[in-house]
Amino acid sequence: MEKVDIKQIETEVKPPVASKGVVGWARANLFNTWFNSILTLVTLFVLWKTVPPFFRWAIVDSLWFSTGEACRGTEGACWSVIPANIRFILFGFFPYQLQWRPLLAMVILVVLLFYSRDRRHWNNSLVYAWVAGLFAMGLLMKGGILGLVEVESTQWGGLPLTLMLSVFGLAAAYPLGVVLALGRQSKMPAVKALCVVYIEMIRGVPLITLLFMSSIVFPLFLPEGVTVNVILRAQVAIIMFTAAYIAEVVRGGLQGMSTGQYEAAESLGLNYYQTMRLVILPQALKIVIPPTVSQLISALKDTSLVVIIALYDLLKTTQSVLSDPSWMAFSSEAYIFVALIYFFCCYFMSSYSRRLEKELDTGL
Amino acid sequence: MPDNNTTENSLPTGDAIIEIIGMHKWYGEFHVLQDINLTVKKKERIVICGPSGSGKSTLIRCINRLEEHQRGKIIVDGIELTNDVKNVEKIRAEVGMVFQHFNLFPHLTIVENLTLGPIWVRKTPKKEAEETAMYYLEKVHIAEQAQKFPGQLSGGQQQRVAIARSLCMKPNVMLFDEPTSALDPEMIKEVLDVMIDLAQEGMTMLVVTHEMGFAKSVAHRVLFMDYGQIVEQNTPSEFFDNPQHDRTKLFLSQIL
Amino acid sequence: MQPNQDKVQRGAPPATVPFYNDPKKRAILFQIVTLLMVGLLAFYLISNTLTNLDKQSIATGLGFLQKESAFEIGESPIPYSAADTYGRALVVGFLNTLIVSSVGIIITIILGTLLGIARLSTNWLVSKLAGVYIEVLQDIPVLLQLFFWYAFFYNILPSPRSALNPIVGVFLSNRGLVFAVPEAHPVYKYMAIAVVVAGVVIYFLRRWAKQRQARTGKIFPVLRVSLALVIGFPLLTWAIGGAPTAMNVPVLKGFNFIGGTNISPEFTALLLGLILYTAAFVAEVVRAGIQSVSKGQTEAAMSLGLKSAQVLNQVILPQALRVIIPPLTSQMLNLTKNSSLAVAIGYPDFVSVAGTTINQTGQAIEGVALMMVVYLTLSLLTSAFMNWYNKKTALVER
Repeated sequence: MEKVDIKQIETEVKPPVASKGVVGWARANLFNTWFNSILTLVTLFVLWKTVPPFFRWAIVDSLWFSTGEACRGTEGACWSVIPANIRFILFGFFPYQLQWRPLLAMVILVVLLFYSRDRRHWNNSLVYAWVAGLFAMGLLMKGGILGLVEVESTQWGGLPLTLMLSVFGLAAAYPLGVVLALGRQSKMPAVKALCVVYIEMIRGVPLITLLFMSSIVFPLFLPEGVTVNVILRAQVAIIMFTAAYIAEVVRGGLQGMSTGQYEAAESLGLNYYQTMRLVILPQALKIVIPPTVSQLISALKDTSLVVIIALYDLLKTTQSVLSDPSWMAFSSEAYIFVALIYFFCCYFMSSYSRRLEKELDTGL
Repeated sequence: MPDNNTTENSLPTGDAIIEIIGMHKWYGEFHVLQDINLTVKKKERIVICGPSGSGKSTLIRCINRLEEHQRGKIIVDGIELTNDVKNVEKIRAEVGMVFQHFNLFPHLTIVENLTLGPIWVRKTPKKEAEETAMYYLEKVHIAEQAQKFPGQLSGGQQQRVAIARSLCMKPNVMLFDEPTSALDPEMIKEVLDVMIDLAQEGMTMLVVTHEMGFAKSVAHRVLFMDYGQIVEQNTPSEFFDNPQHDRTKLFLSQIL
Repeated sequence: MQPNQDKVQRGAPPATVPFYNDPKKRAILFQIVTLLMVGLLAFYLISNTLTNLDKQSIATGLGFLQKESAFEIGESPIPYSAADTYGRALVVGFLNTLIVSSVGIIITIILGTLLGIARLSTNWLVSKLAGVYIEVLQDIPVLLQLFFWYAFFYNILPSPRSALNPIVGVFLSNRGLVFAVPEAHPVYKYMAIAVVVAGVVIYFLRRWAKQRQARTGKIFPVLRVSLALVIGFPLLTWAIGGAPTAMNVPVLKGFNFIGGTNISPEFTALLLGLILYTAAFVAEVVRAGIQSVSKGQTEAAMSLGLKSAQVLNQVILPQALRVIIPPLTSQMLNLTKNSSLAVAIGYPDFVSVAGTTINQTGQAIEGVALMMVVYLTLSLLTSAFMNWYNKKTALVER
């Protein structure tokens, strides 16, 4: 019969010193095995070789507000290409004095996005707020009423054009995608076939082919004399493209719904449209918000392709600046600047999406 | 449940198969195991119980090096557990482990699950390994499922397969980490019956569990752990009828 | 209480349901209406198109494929000149797409896997750096990355006269990457055959080793022997063939290099941009795949006494690959689709050549349709493969 007394640990026994603090952290994370130690040393060496020269180029030797001439004289980065051309890069051909309008439109968009981040604000009035916001943005760009000077869409460009193509693209593609997803799930063979063909065809081709189609083939579809401007055609192509991807995302959500939900709705006597609108879609769409945000990020990146059909989005305005002989040699700096803009937009959206995914995971 | 108290409850005499001396373990600053001293003799059966977070799972996971201890010694079957990879491999081949969540390999059939260890660790020819596998599958009463996949079996069936899988390595010690905690109530009995059969054949067992009926009928010793320390250990009858420490009394009052 | 008998007579035929309430008939009606609407729309579009094409005197049909193309293509794996047909030009474009896609896919898989593993490394520095790479490269549009690399090659790299010479025989300039290749010699053909022979031998060796293990339990070091064969056979052939060491070294003549092999800046920029971008996505796919295998699997395998390599090969990889292969195939398809952006930096891939063809013949519909058909075929082949793979490796469950 063994009985063991609890030894009151008089002197608190501490963990071994080499596993605590900075030293402990370094040992555990950087040098815990032979292989890791070598890896750390090699990586530090590579960093030491590349980071200081880059730092010197980008910051120490760089010029920020000079002319192209002065830039050619130095070895550092010529960031001046940005401030010197910023209004054109950001706004394209939009009339100089009226550029407060696209600026205001972008501000409205950013405000709406920040407001939508908080899940407590998700209700029907948010949808109305978005519709009103999008309408206001379109109005600010186009003008023509309420005392605003009309600005032809051929003069829209730069960042507002990029944002508009993505946001309007996703906003219009979303309902279309939901309809396509429902159609693909349908038990009616003709409807299902049409939806499957559309979705698979669009997903199987690169966006560039659709953009080519929009710029050279769409005009042939229209009766004589009717023309639709290039931006609208590109927007339609982007909408058609994004809708197919949204359809697959929503399909994932619909397939994740248990049959119990459908059965419960049926036993209450709801018809198809009521079931979808009141029971299935609210749940399915909520589940797939993270991949939908991911789709928005892709849409933002994909708008850069309109450069190939000569629309003056953010990428093309930058390229035009670079075709000016005085700034031609500084393409790296200009591209890095544009990359930073895209990166910030996409990074905020993707980290939001990850945060949302974590929240929704535990919540459901 | 067959009553073992009369035949097997006297403490086995014989060599120690596991010795833990002055063992401490920390997770960062958290002292999860404090000054553990334990000797397990051959054919001895020990049940470890205690509230969650007391370190009981961590303790048995240290024995087959799924967790590392920072201070003290653990000696299994004469081999000391250190960072030496060869020692660890030898010990793992002698110590079998059954997990709370079974951890069967879903991409292999039941038979393949059982022959994986013998083929790759003991370098057994395939036919011999399969014969051993069928022998143990029959022992746990599940031979007819041999060609199925884990995903096709119920929880109780999977756990019995997991026990057979460990037995195929012919271990000297079996560790059980809450083997029935993830099972539906009606399946607990079938797994406990297999464990009792194992006990009757003289296997050395360390079992972390809340199944006190099992402890009463099968264990030689019951250990109570709390806050990383072994608070009390005794024979089952003494432990349940005559708990010495307040913490033990509190724990028993909550679960019995 | 008498049951109400006058409403439903037993034995009477079932009451006919008006067709607008019968769900089956409603469905048929709905489909007919939908098809009619789609058909009408198609008819409208097609008739407009035919009128417009007629008005602009644009030909229809694929007859243009036989006509002389009258444009040059910058790089081509098969002989091509402006006197060849549009059909041949399109084939050249297609081959260029295949070349950049295949090379891209192979290198991306290697780089992406390394990155994914690095992301999971216990080394904090390596893991964080991999994470930064993945995050940054994923969030910048691929076209922008392509422009950047193209500008890098044209603006930053010097002209051939002052080309960079990082290793002997390798020159980097704004005319492309030139490097020395072994001088043509019959032994190289035999070396290629030797590699294939080694492959066959390895196949049979693996089979024999497996059977031997099943019989006796002894494990044969297949990996090491295979590596030795794959390197040894060609090396042996080379030695027997006279051990030729003559190299075709690029030499600067005038404004450019003669000799060696040249890889154009367009190809390099396209390849680099595609690889670096897609590898970031592949890294995430690999990471997710490895993490999808629960820790308990590793613990159970280790508890049986398996060594690390065995745990990886027998337990982790089979399960991880199931999760990795489908999205990996998607990414490879994305890379192929993104290669169509070559048109923006002047590499003559299929879309680029088709675009030029459209410009010259005016036959936009046929041109765009050809583009779509080519990529659709590649996509459908990939989907078919993915479906087959998924079915073959699906875990059997209740």
